[in-house]
Amino acid sequence: MNNFEYINATTVQEATAALGSSWSDAVVLAGGTDLLSLMKDYVMSPKRLVNIKNIKELGTISKAGTGLRIGAAVTFDQLASNPLVRQGYPSLAQAVMGVTSPQIRNMGTVGGDLCQRPRCWYYRLGHGVLGMKDGKSLVAEGENKYHAIFPSGAAHFVSASSLGPALVAMGAKLKLVSASGSREVDAAKFFIAPQSNEAREIALLPNEILTEVLLAAAGKNATYEVRQKDALDWPLATASVHLKMKGTIVESANIVLGHVGPTPYHAAGAERALVGKTITAETAMAAGEAAVAGAKPLSQNAYKIQLARVAVKRALLEAAGVKA
Amino acid sequence: MPNYSWPPMDQRKVMGKAHNRLDGFAKSSGRAKYPSDVNREGMVYGVILTSPHAHCTIKSIDTTAAQKMPGVTAVRVTAPAGTEIQWAGAEIAWVAADTEPHARDAVRAIQVAYNVLPHFVSEEKKSKAGTRAKPAGEQTTGDVDEALKAADGVSEGYYAIPVLTHSCLEPHGQVIEWKGDKMEYWPSSQAVSTVAGDLAQQLKIPASQIHVSMDYMGGGFGSKFPSDIWGAECARLSKDSGGKPVKLFLDRATELTIAGVRPSAYANIKVAGKKDGTITAWQSESWATGGFTGGGMPPIPYIFTGIPNRRLNHAAISTNAGGARAWRAPNHQQACFLTFSAIEDFAAKIKMDPVEVLVKNLGLTARAALYERQIRKAQEMADWKKLWHQRGDSGSGNIKRGLGIALSTWGGAGHPSECRIKINPDGSVELEQGTQDLGVGTRTVVAMVAAESLGLTVPDIKVKIGDNAYPVSGPSGGSTTVGGVSSSTRKAAVNALEQLFLKVAPALNADPAKLEAVGGKIQVKGDPSKSMTWKAACQKLGVSSISETGKNDPKNPMGLNTQGAGGVQIADVSVDVETGVVKMNRVVAVADCGLVINPKTAESQVYGGVIMNICGALMEERVMDETLGRVLNADMEFYKLAGIKDIGEIVVHMDVHPDNDKRGVIGLGEPSAISTIAAISNAVANAIGVRVPRVPLSPDHVLTALYGKNMERSRA
Ligand SMILES: Cc1cc2nc3c(=O)[nH]c(=O)nc-3n(C[C@H](O)[C@H](O)[C@H](O)COP(=O)(O)OP(=O)(O)OC[C@H]3O[C@@H](n4cnc5c(N)ncnc54)[C@H](O)[C@@H]3O)c2cc1C
Repeated sequence: MNNFEYINATTVQEATAALGSSWSDAVVLAGGTDLLSLMKDYVMSPKRLVNIKNIKELGTISKAGTGLRIGAAVTFDQLASNPLVRQGYPSLAQAVMGVTSPQIRNMGTVGGDLCQRPRCWYYRLGHGVLGMKDGKSLVAEGENKYHAIFPSGAAHFVSASSLGPALVAMGAKLKLVSASGSREVDAAKFFIAPQSNEAREIALLPNEILTEVLLAAAGKNATYEVRQKDALDWPLATASVHLKMKGTIVESANIVLGHVGPTPYHAAGAERALVGKTITAETAMAAGEAAVAGAKPLSQNAYKIQLARVAVKRALLEAAGVKA
Repeated sequence: MPNYSWPPMDQRKVMGKAHNRLDGFAKSSGRAKYPSDVNREGMVYGVILTSPHAHCTIKSIDTTAAQKMPGVTAVRVTAPAGTEIQWAGAEIAWVAADTEPHARDAVRAIQVAYNVLPHFVSEEKKSKAGTRAKPAGEQTTGDVDEALKAADGVSEGYYAIPVLTHSCLEPHGQVIEWKGDKMEYWPSSQAVSTVAGDLAQQLKIPASQIHVSMDYMGGGFGSKFPSDIWGAECARLSKDSGGKPVKLFLDRATELTIAGVRPSAYANIKVAGKKDGTITAWQSESWATGGFTGGGMPPIPYIFTGIPNRRLNHAAISTNAGGARAWRAPNHQQACFLTFSAIEDFAAKIKMDPVEVLVKNLGLTARAALYERQIRKAQEMADWKKLWHQRGDSGSGNIKRGLGIALSTWGGAGHPSECRIKINPDGSVELEQGTQDLGVGTRTVVAMVAAESLGLTVPDIKVKIGDNAYPVSGPSGGSTTVGGVSSSTRKAAVNALEQLFLKVAPALNADPAKLEAVGGKIQVKGDPSKSMTWKAACQKLGVSSISETGKNDPKNPMGLNTQGAGGVQIADVSVDVETGVVKMNRVVAVADCGLVINPKTAESQVYGGVIMNICGALMEERVMDETLGRVLNADMEFYKLAGIKDIGEIVVHMDVHPDNDKRGVIGLGEPSAISTIAAISNAVANAIGVRVPRVPLSPDHVLTALYGKNMERSRA
């Protein structure tokens, strides 16, 4: 790891003042569970780290009207054990409990989860987010069983965030603050599929901090993850669903897949398939089927189509409280 | 000559009773200091520059900038210009500096120009191996073609088990400190008594100048016998740093890249036989790699070596990848997986219960009676009769349960070992042995043997191991330790006791040959009224202690230890056929290790073996990139290992039986770590109705076996 300057900010102003205009100038440090390993492997080598864990307002969860405000430095553990989250937004608690390491749940934060870098092994070996060597994609020809089945252009990695799909499904807004002001971005627009090796996979700018996540009151919601291990492991595919119901009839559905593409994947086809229906094993499976239509698997990951399909089915049944 | 035989089974007071590990508290409280915990005054840190390329030559190397970096005390080059490198991760240069970050910075400042050459890393595609595949020559017995023709049933399958990489919790390494021309050496090693000699040869110094200390170590599994270039360069860095102590341990990525692999194995196998289950023929075409030097020839057919008609072809493939090292039961896991998968497939073909097929053919093995007893026991413990079903016949619903079985065999005779027992006038007893406790309970077991032999209790024995100043004991590998150290301890204790009897006999007015040590007393056999406490007896020594040794000679173990253990494991799994996720319900392990000294640590050994192989069956595999020629998962994130919730229940039955006991002590480390992978693979086949040819049984492999590579049938 290269040497760096360390700023311990206690207010958002202090923190934003310490950021710079490029990622190599300064980077936000939250729990450090991702950033430090990237720095040790020299994948990221910022000159300055700005610690935000001591900014009090970033560490709380509070009611906001009929909705909820979650500070960006709230830890996974805080999120999963918060009664408001558990009651109104089980989808988030389920996503977080999928991070099966208590250590990471104690250290990792909501903001860090949304801003973490891809786990693509080519990226981690220093071949950039697109995983390139000599102008060619290492992913397409190489070991791609954990990669995207919904690639976007040259981006074959999968967005690592487990909270991302859940927040997109529930229409969350993310507040980004810089020294010169603030803006709110739809969670769906926060994630982007970079088309160059140097680009970042989120809408955050180097001089901005993600300060909070804003959620409106939510309908029925759930996240289902397919993971191989119960111990610390990455999901192979996830689905987060958010349903507005009229009695037992689906009025509207938001279905977002995780770990299948470089951004959370919005399964519009599945949503259409559900509207006006009751959730049963059959309609849920049909939605799963519709969700994966158009998947473009790589040489080793067609199995993820099946996993994504099942994740959608199971998330829907979970959200609707239907036993298959 | 004294009678060294083990006390009769029913008269043992200490041996055969479960005893906690002597070092359990030290370990769980963090007081136990491992070699990587050793910190010395003025210590510097060694870091290695390794090759990023799988095959290359070094065009030039320039360390000038590195030498000038802050804190650097030494820079060494072991792969100078012109050197050909055959795998990514191979060592090129070495830096010592006052802190590890400084050493890493300096490593990055070394300028190397490489001439990159073509590499080959993916041995499963044998057709692409060309001249890198070295055929071993066909082996035939009987008439395979005729037997295949005459058979009632023939199964045919492809089976694949990948390269695994050693991933000991404590990586390979050591701390070395020169004191004048003498050296203090703290290695993480499986060989306290021999590792100094090995390092001395590399350094061309007398072995007597090297003092080895190692109280604890964090796992070896076959990968930690030699001192390695890591030890030699650590010593040289120390010399070059003016004698400063150097700590050099591999980092995790390097550990998983070059610290030794378990070879892979791939095979197309046919098994043929009669309707009644009799196996008549075996035909296999197999290949494997253990890295650049090839290697890895699994002994197949495993255990059922007497199959009358056999044709075997095997090729060893050389790849540009880190080399093989012994791996808990070298070649046996692969052989067991290939053989028992193929036999299970044959059983499924003729629609017979695989247990009955195995029993039917036990005449083809070397230990029919033992296996039959173990198979029946395991069958009963696993509820086989109730839970087993014809392949794939596992009901509706997406969770399918299945059972699978496999057998193991291993040697496990004791290695050469010497032990010294001192009985002091104050009654204290010291046991000295140049052995090591890899975490398996060696310390505890030798204390139990000494206590049993001297009529004392375990806390009465002060155990001193992990130091090459003590009498020489063999390296811990191949399950040879327990037989060796228990036999030498027994002999040393009996010899020491004989001396004590000579001293106390006059006071008891008895013939020394008539004395015995029981319950903390020395007494006349058959006449407990004529007795003396242990303490009182030892006072008769005056001012001089008794110091006696005992040796285990593998050529004449005198019935104390022997070789040849059999075992049976049954796996019980549930497979989610929608996701391909396999969950362990239970593993039943019936394990034979002859005479069982400590049932508790013996059981733990089996737990460890089973857990290691649950990882091997379900998750572990080294992933190589063909373009880069590098390991992609040299980390603890995608080199997947099981956590506690992934393991399920493990039920161990130590096959304690007079027939086994009278054979003496047999090692258990390897035998417990052989058959789990095969048993799990068979259980999955039983559950889902098809063989998953490829280990690990991960969701992609399971779903591919169920639905085809493009998931064609998954919409059903
Ligand atoms: C083995 C392993 C398994 C894991 N499994 C999962 C999993 O299943 N699902 C999952 O979602 N995650 C998983 N994680 C990842 C984990 O969730 C992330 O490491 C964690 O969320 C990062 O949070 P942090 O607070 O530690 O972030 P840091 O490491 O501190 O930061 C991560 C990145 O986010 C930026 N950042 C952090 N906070 C902010 C902010 N408020 N504003 C702007 N930028 C910010 C940092 O600059 C940095 O680039 C796993 C991690 C490991 C090591």
